[in-house]
Amino acid sequence: MTFVMKTRRFAFIAIAVAAVAFAVIAGSGINNNLVYYWTPTDLQAAGNKAYGATIRLGGMVAPGSIHRIGTTSVEFDVKDATSIVHVKSSGVPPQMFREQIGVVVEGTMTRGGSFESSRLMVSHNNKYQAPKAGHPVEKKQMEQYIREAQ
Amino acid sequence: MTAQLGRLLILASLLVATAGVVTGFANNLRWTRRFAYAFSALMAMATLVMEHALLTHDFSVGYVAQVGSRAVPMWVTIVSLWSSLEGSILFWGFVLAIYIAAATWLTRDQAQSMPYAIATWLACGSFFSFLIAGPANPFGSVSPVPLDGPGPNPLLQNHILMVAHPPLLYLGYVGMAIPFGFATAALLRGKLEAPLLGATRKSLMLSWIFLTLAIMLGGWWAYEVLGWGGYWAWDPVENASLLPWLTATAALHSVVMMERRGVLKGWTVTLIQASFLLTILGTFMTRSGVFNSVHSFTQSAIGPTILVFLAAVLIGSVTLLALRIDKLGNDGAIEGAVSREGTFLLNNLLLVLFTFTVLIGTVFPLVVEAVNGRQMSVGRPYFDAMVVPLGVALLFLLGVGPALPWGRVSHEQIKRALLPPLVGGAALVVIGLIAGVRNPWAVVTLLFGGYALQVMFASLLRGAAFTREAGRRRTGAQLIHVGVAVVMIAIGVSSTMRTQSEVVLTPGQSATIGKYKLTFTGTEMRDEPHRVSQVARLEVMKGAKKVALLEPRMNQYDAMREPIGSPDVYSTLGGDLYVSISSLESDRAALLLITTPLVSWIWGGVVLMAFGGLVALIPTRKPATVEVAVTEPRLRLMTP
Repeated sequence: MTFVMKTRRFAFIAIAVAAVAFAVIAGSGINNNLVYYWTPTDLQAAGNKAYGATIRLGGMVAPGSIHRIGTTSVEFDVKDATSIVHVKSSGVPPQMFREQIGVVVEGTMTRGGSFESSRLMVSHNNKYQAPKAGHPVEKKQMEQYIREAQ
Repeated sequence: MTAQLGRLLILASLLVATAGVVTGFANNLRWTRRFAYAFSALMAMATLVMEHALLTHDFSVGYVAQVGSRAVPMWVTIVSLWSSLEGSILFWGFVLAIYIAAATWLTRDQAQSMPYAIATWLACGSFFSFLIAGPANPFGSVSPVPLDGPGPNPLLQNHILMVAHPPLLYLGYVGMAIPFGFATAALLRGKLEAPLLGATRKSLMLSWIFLTLAIMLGGWWAYEVLGWGGYWAWDPVENASLLPWLTATAALHSVVMMERRGVLKGWTVTLIQASFLLTILGTFMTRSGVFNSVHSFTQSAIGPTILVFLAAVLIGSVTLLALRIDKLGNDGAIEGAVSREGTFLLNNLLLVLFTFTVLIGTVFPLVVEAVNGRQMSVGRPYFDAMVVPLGVALLFLLGVGPALPWGRVSHEQIKRALLPPLVGGAALVVIGLIAGVRNPWAVVTLLFGGYALQVMFASLLRGAAFTREAGRRRTGAQLIHVGVAVVMIAIGVSSTMRTQSEVVLTPGQSATIGKYKLTFTGTEMRDEPHRVSQVARLEVMKGAKKVALLEPRMNQYDAMREPIGSPDVYSTLGGDLYVSISSLESDRAALLLITTPLVSWIWGGVVLMAFGGLVALIPTRKPATVEVAVTEPRLRLMTP
């Protein structure tokens, strides 16, 4: 085996080791920073797995559930066809925030049973129409909505 | 009528491009050139037909009915061409047509590799003609003809940057097809040397300049419009523009190694191929709606068609590379790890890692959703945690690399080269600490940034033979690197030293943030043809002096149920005061106040990068072939 071949083999092994190390670091980095897109039903189905994960929760603001806490905080219920989640949101809610409107909140589920959010979004979506009274939000539409919220 | 004319032109361009591909790979240069010009002319005419239809509000054309409106200002009507899916793909084709015509003309005195290169461009052209003719047809006929249309998406009407950002992005994106064509020709002929090498480098540099500016304008647009006070969110759309920029940057460095040392030929070709593939991937990601849902992107034929094209280019490139890479050969070797060459290699390695990091984070959610249907995104902390160390390491190389001499160096030489710039680094750290920088990453950024700036300024002051191409390229590179150092310092400081507060004010009330005091003096309604704005008026005082009147607003567009907030910014060299509205009533304004240092240095630094690129591109009066064939000793003279 010539010197050049030895050097080549060494370089090859070094690059392979570096690539594996990089993949491991990147993989765990992604795993720890996933943001899940869930509806209230998804959230309840996840059970214990829901605690601690970063979640974008999308649903409709339940009628009569909005309570403003001071000037920059608000509590309300987010619901879909089958489930309801109580949300505590810090920060001034956006202009369009009201009952019966679709919202997306980003935050975590606490063991106290409420969802604590630091971001409350009302999507600027032309196509989105608030569901008619009594009609649940369709899951497909909600997922679309969660993605497009900014 | 107009619709049929446009469609006819597109079908003709498809025919001509396909003919050019056939003659090109059959090595008939004369006819290939003719077909290239014909394709460009037909595609340009089709675009003009569309622009004419938009300006005359010809709502019988499908795309005009979709995005046109009599109510919007003229500039919005003109830029409507790229405000929606079908039109933007037509615009893609138009930009490609301009590039093909220009590149064919500029290489008219070259013969050997040109049929293959032009054929590759035309293959790309025929794909886009096909896309415009079929899946993304903007020239559909509408009947009955509507009297008016909805106008383009209000978010895109909301800022004047919409005029500049998309065209620059397309110029950067589509421009990558040109070096890709040269690289393909080099592989097919098994040779990559002057003058093909020079043409490859210049075309790569040109699209790099456009892409650099476009990425910056995208960040600026987000900052000025979206209202959360940041300029970068690692959003898939942003990542799509960054990915080819990273590989193109790597390629611009490996080209230098190729010219000076005769090494890394196959590697450079690979990077150029990767840059082009990443622009197609980016087009797919942003144009197919795949990020709305993996499962719904097949509802339109555009996504799958681009995906098939991406797969075909990928398979073709890899196959060609595997078969022909040995033909390119390497004439030289690299000596010594601690040398200019060593830092070039490390630079390439880091940029490729950077690319993979961003690519994985962007594509991962798509893969997961395709496999098990679960929807998620990769959070910003992943990107920050991975990319910050890579960026800082690149900044380190930016200073150390140019300080080191080429070739084998002694310990004494290394010491003499690397120690003095520490003064610049230390000086910037001291300034930063006094100004309040505490974040360790930001401090390290200041150290490496100051180091790099001293190296760059020292070599800029030494000057270079500006009459020679090599001298201009060197000066251009130094200017680009000054720009990069400035941008990275500004990003490091601005991202770690931002302060924000949320306040609710009634008229007459004030709030304080940093050294500013803001007084809410009331609201005002403004009526424009295409929107109604509710403006909050805020007087900004610094000490006893009134420095600005800020007017963040809520814009209500006809086509939209909900108003869009539009923030306002007071910019100084030291930093920005940013005000955006959370909610606004006549007697009560909920505001988000943000101060961020050094933001304008980011924009300025990027403009300097683009300017440096232009300096490197200034043509010589002598034919380029002489200059590219520069030999080692002549360059040595300019290395002190």
